[in-house]
Amino acid sequence: MKSLILAAGAFALSGTMAFAAAHAETVRLGTEGAYPPYNFLNDAGEVDGFERALGDELCARAELTCEWVTNDWDSIIPNLVSGNYDVIIAGMSITDERDEVIDFSDPYTQPDPSAFVAMAEGDLSSGVIAAQSGTIQASYVATEMPGATLLEFATPEETVAAMRNGEADAVIADKAFLEPVVAEGDVMFVGEDILIGGGIGLGIRESDGELKAKFDTAIQSMKDDGTLNALIVEWLPGSATF
Amino acid sequence: MFAYCTDPASLDGLAWLSCYLTTGKHMNFYWSFGTVLLLLAITAPTALLFGYAGASAARSTLAPLRWFGQIYMAIVRSVPDIVFFLFFVIALDQGIEYLRHVTLCPDWDQPVRQGNDFVVCTAAKMPLGNAPQWMHEIYGAGLAVLTFALVFGAFAANVLFGAMRAVPRAQLETAEAYGMTRRQVTRRVLVPQMWVYALPGLSNLWMVLIKATPLLFLLGVEDIVYWARELGGTKSPRFTDYPHGDWRVYYFGFLLLFYLAFTKVSEVVLSRLMARLTLGQATAGGEAQRKAA
Repeated sequence: MKSLILAAGAFALSGTMAFAAAHAETVRLGTEGAYPPYNFLNDAGEVDGFERALGDELCARAELTCEWVTNDWDSIIPNLVSGNYDVIIAGMSITDERDEVIDFSDPYTQPDPSAFVAMAEGDLSSGVIAAQSGTIQASYVATEMPGATLLEFATPEETVAAMRNGEADAVIADKAFLEPVVAEGDVMFVGEDILIGGGIGLGIRESDGELKAKFDTAIQSMKDDGTLNALIVEWLPGSATF
Repeated sequence: MFAYCTDPASLDGLAWLSCYLTTGKHMNFYWSFGTVLLLLAITAPTALLFGYAGASAARSTLAPLRWFGQIYMAIVRSVPDIVFFLFFVIALDQGIEYLRHVTLCPDWDQPVRQGNDFVVCTAAKMPLGNAPQWMHEIYGAGLAVLTFALVFGAFAANVLFGAMRAVPRAQLETAEAYGMTRRQVTRRVLVPQMWVYALPGLSNLWMVLIKATPLLFLLGVEDIVYWARELGGTKSPRFTDYPHGDWRVYYFGFLLLFYLAFTKVSEVVLSRLMARLTLGQATAGGEAQRKAA
């Protein structure tokens, strides 16, 4: 009788362990879902865009089960650090400032130029510039354009709306985000493109070296066989490839 | 949704609108109304319970319990809501995970705090990392309800504490004269009579609670305001079958109507409740009712 219980216990234990092993590799990907073409919610309410395609492919190559989660941009780093999801994949440029708090994978885009969009030509250096808060563009306006007034918004959508309704003279963002806005016809690129940021990477907790290594390998393999370039051409026309 | 929706670009007028309003994203929007109402329906009684417990504690003859009640009311009411919502939820979540970590993974040798990171073993994650998304959402909603209940419970405690003191002392003395114990006085005389004094304060709180639902998004619950902002934003033809300009004004207009209707219904219900509670009370309202009858 005793051995039967023991055997049953051992069986239950191995069962749980097998279950744990099969599912231990579920990785939660956190994104903003409001920054087309990088990431946005499609008509069905699901995460879609360049990073959706990229993330699914990376997970397949790294043999991870991935789950998509949307999170507010403002609290996207604190929620990663406290473990609510494991990866940030939200068009986040690699900067030294962020690198102090989290780790970044190898970049999966070339440094994308940032650009200004406005209703009409004007002097940007003394104008009101709208940017999403907590972005490299917002800190660029704050530090490099002393004459300009920075107007910060929580979502990228609001920055464009502020420019359209005249609250801001121009909006600054990644060029790939602004291309479709300009394509609608009523606004235009003004001034020079500027190069800030070091390419976009996955944000991963500093203590998660193993996960970072897996994604780095997967990103490298996509770079090697050209699939990453194909995705960039499909979703981010005009951006540099590898 | 409908068969003719396969090519929305060829539709116009009502047909287009019927397709547009039934996309998966809009369904999420409609569901979020249910979520918000459900969370309110759970939060309000829970907050009232916290309030009653807090007020009773603050009136206790036992000094430590009394201090606890008073400190609860004082601290929660004086900390700004948004700080409370950002700090408390993360602290609570990490506290739960830490407790699970200590019990489930006793032989874990790495520190829990590594620089900025909060690292617990996989088994201690709450909910487990491999749990389906809906469990994460339920857990998030649970934390949200608890936080709301704690915050609004403190305000409710203050209201009830005041209401308990507003019940005329003569009523309680009479009950004591009949030989009732302290507990009986509370249950039979104090509590039934305090509601009429508490209701104006509580109904205020209810109105504030209704309007506080956008705070839910801070806690990861996708509420109606989040979806209205998301749906109303400009949509360019490259990323959707239903391109449109900045329609946020319509969506927020709709929310305005929703909130107005909701508060109006609340007002009607609350004023009926007030009339009921006033019946036979030794208050100005009760006196007016007695004269009118």
